[in-house]
Amino acid sequence: MSILVARKVTKRFGGLVAVNDLDFDVDQGAIVSVIGPNGAGKTTFFNCIAGFYDITSGEIEFDGQLIHKLRRDQIAHLGVSRTYQNIRLFANMTAIENILVGQHHHLQSTWIGTVLGLKSVKADENRAHDEARRLLRFVGLRGKGDMLASKLPYGDQRRLEIGRALANKPRLLLLDEPTAGMNPAETAQLTEFIRNLRDELGITVLLIEHEMRVVMGISERITVLDYGEKIAEGTPAEIQANPRVIEAYLGRGGAADLGIATA
Amino acid sequence: MTTEAVAAAQLDTEMQEAPAVIAWRDVIRIGLIGGAVALYLCLVGIIPVFHERQLIAGVITLGQAVLFGSLAIPGAVAARKTTSLRDALLAGGAAGLITGLVLTLLVVLGSVIDLRAMFLNASPELYSVLTFGMGVAGAWIPAVEGLLLGAGAAAVGKLPDRIRSPLVRGIIAVVVVGLFAGLLRAPLLSAGLVDLARLLFTSDGLTVIGAILVFAVVVIGRIARQRIGVAARIAALEDEQRAQLRIPALVGLIAIIVILPLLLGPFFAQVIALVALYILMAFGLNITLGLAGLLDLGFVAFFAVGAYTVGLFTSTAEYGLLDWPFWAALPFAMLFAAIFGAILGLPILSIRGDYLAIATLGFGEIIAILAGSNLLLPLLGGPRGIVNIPKPLDFPSTSFLSGPGQIYYIALVFAAIVAFIAWRLRNGRIGRAWIAIREDEDVAEASGVNLIQTKLLAYILGAAFAGLGGAVFASLVGSIFPSSIDLFVSINVAAIVIVGGMGSIPGVALGALFLIGIPELFREFSEFRFLFYGVALIGMMLYRPEGIWPSGIARRELHVEDESQVILAGDTTPVTRGTMS
Repeated sequence: MSILVARKVTKRFGGLVAVNDLDFDVDQGAIVSVIGPNGAGKTTFFNCIAGFYDITSGEIEFDGQLIHKLRRDQIAHLGVSRTYQNIRLFANMTAIENILVGQHHHLQSTWIGTVLGLKSVKADENRAHDEARRLLRFVGLRGKGDMLASKLPYGDQRRLEIGRALANKPRLLLLDEPTAGMNPAETAQLTEFIRNLRDELGITVLLIEHEMRVVMGISERITVLDYGEKIAEGTPAEIQANPRVIEAYLGRGGAADLGIATA
Repeated sequence: MTTEAVAAAQLDTEMQEAPAVIAWRDVIRIGLIGGAVALYLCLVGIIPVFHERQLIAGVITLGQAVLFGSLAIPGAVAARKTTSLRDALLAGGAAGLITGLVLTLLVVLGSVIDLRAMFLNASPELYSVLTFGMGVAGAWIPAVEGLLLGAGAAAVGKLPDRIRSPLVRGIIAVVVVGLFAGLLRAPLLSAGLVDLARLLFTSDGLTVIGAILVFAVVVIGRIARQRIGVAARIAALEDEQRAQLRIPALVGLIAIIVILPLLLGPFFAQVIALVALYILMAFGLNITLGLAGLLDLGFVAFFAVGAYTVGLFTSTAEYGLLDWPFWAALPFAMLFAAIFGAILGLPILSIRGDYLAIATLGFGEIIAILAGSNLLLPLLGGPRGIVNIPKPLDFPSTSFLSGPGQIYYIALVFAAIVAFIAWRLRNGRIGRAWIAIREDEDVAEASGVNLIQTKLLAYILGAAFAGLGGAVFASLVGSIFPSSIDLFVSINVAAIVIVGGMGSIPGVALGALFLIGIPELFREFSEFRFLFYGVALIGMMLYRPEGIWPSGIARRELHVEDESQVILAGDTTPVTRGTMS
């Protein structure tokens, strides 16, 4: 059953068509990758799903509900979380506070209750902090919760961003190049981590990724975009063998030189 | 920054190749910059006006102190990069000499042509200050002063820290105590220590004995501190012991704050009442600007709503409607201000950053024009305003609590309440959402924060506290006029929050003290008030953009004790951390 369905989604910036007439769907509980050369429209498509852009035409459905006209926070409430290509943490907040912001709509306390220091607010806060500590441990940042997000090493910032996204208890997680800037060991560990997210928490993962080892290693299905259009879709093996994909990445002729270069 | 880096790199190579060379081009440049600054200080009139005020009676005036400072500082700066004492003296003396020569030139030029056609302050008084009354015959004096002071400052810079630090601190202490002589003398007089006050202070400066005493106390104190190593001892204390020290310190501070108006007498009570009022308003804006990051320059609009509400509800004069007591009117002042905040805020809160500032900037002006307009004349009294607004509490007019003293306490109590509310909110769900919006509003929204609701709450709370400030202001002054609804109220309050440290309660309180209290104490130099204001703001933005006292990082995760145990274990277990960190 599909959790996310995009029908004929088009996003235009003036004369530039960034996403063109895209049909796309993600099965519940799947790990799906979107790949494509730079400028293929992958991040634009993510931004359309998460409500960062209004789409020009088409519709996007999440869990049976049209979401393309909703605000970002409403989409988040439905259970869509995301990370960003260029890490976008709340730099002057601590790691644990970043995660607490991610829990925002799961907390009930009102401002008046907070000012009065009601028991229910305190209980709510304690639960939130317990959950946040649990998430910190889960993403491997135990003991770093009181560090400013901006002071964390790069890899930890990536993990914290995922932690913040998970705090929203998402059913669909959009990861935009999660392994960018990581070394091979870190990449391998993160790949394992993403697989665990699905296996243990049942979260559907949609992934933009350039690192082919990651893409081929964990994706059940892969969609290839080029110039805003879907040029191929299928299992990793099918994609690796697809001549159009190789052409898009390497240009005409390059494919012949390298054979299965994408593997 | 980059030029400094380049200079530092140059210096490094110079040190390796030819260690004892003085960078004469830099020295000349510093001297000329110093000269330009000194010339500016003279021609805008700071030196002659400050000359009227004694720093140490009969020895040095404030004007002379500023002049000497402007001659010595280039010397100290020029000598910074030298390695030997000889080079330092040469470079410092040369830079000071160049600075002094600029002033010598001014005196000579001033004797030939009358510069006053262009520079109003190029007066005989100015030349007299520069030459110790000798006129053009003493034109050489600034140059020689520059040479000596520049070399002297350079030499001080080369002293070992052990000697230099007490010396410099002693001099700074004498200048500061001299500046605030009036403020410091008042409590001595009111405490009955008239003889001590006479020994230390004249009416507007230190006596010679006073200056020597202050210098000696600071120098000895500093040396003693170094010997005992107080700082190191405090650092060595356990956290718990330090927390124990903090409580008496806090109690002492509160006690001083409480008895302050009693000590300082009526004039200063007025000043600190104003400071307290600005602290109250700045705490209010701190929620909007400091936490949620909404640069609201329409603060004065809500201030006006609060002030006029109290005026209308309580005034016993012409436009008073209800003749209520202050306390009955106060909730309505806040409520109306909050309603105005909601009405004005709703359409504009989707505007970002600087544009929001421009949009809100108009609000204050609109309200001020409305209040003074013929349209609302029958209701608000137009330019005549509303008068006879009673004080919140009724004390006999002989009591110091009948006037500003009362407002001081009331404003501080309200400020404490606002600070408490801000602190509670900051550590809860709403406060985190505000800060997240300040940091990155797109990501905050994508994390599930409803932007409009959350921003609107910050804006409405800020407006309500602005209304509270306006209400207290109206009863402090006893009247409200359209002319009180001044853009500078908004700008002052915003500057306090930014200079003090966005989101930081002690920072904002300090900001109000610096930006409102100190200028009020130097009323006699009021024409230069905004000049110093500007210098202070530029200096802050350049050297300490996070504010005087930035908000600290709350410790949350490590509150749980067993958690800290696990960390140690976690550090040694590669399974949890792996190769990623």
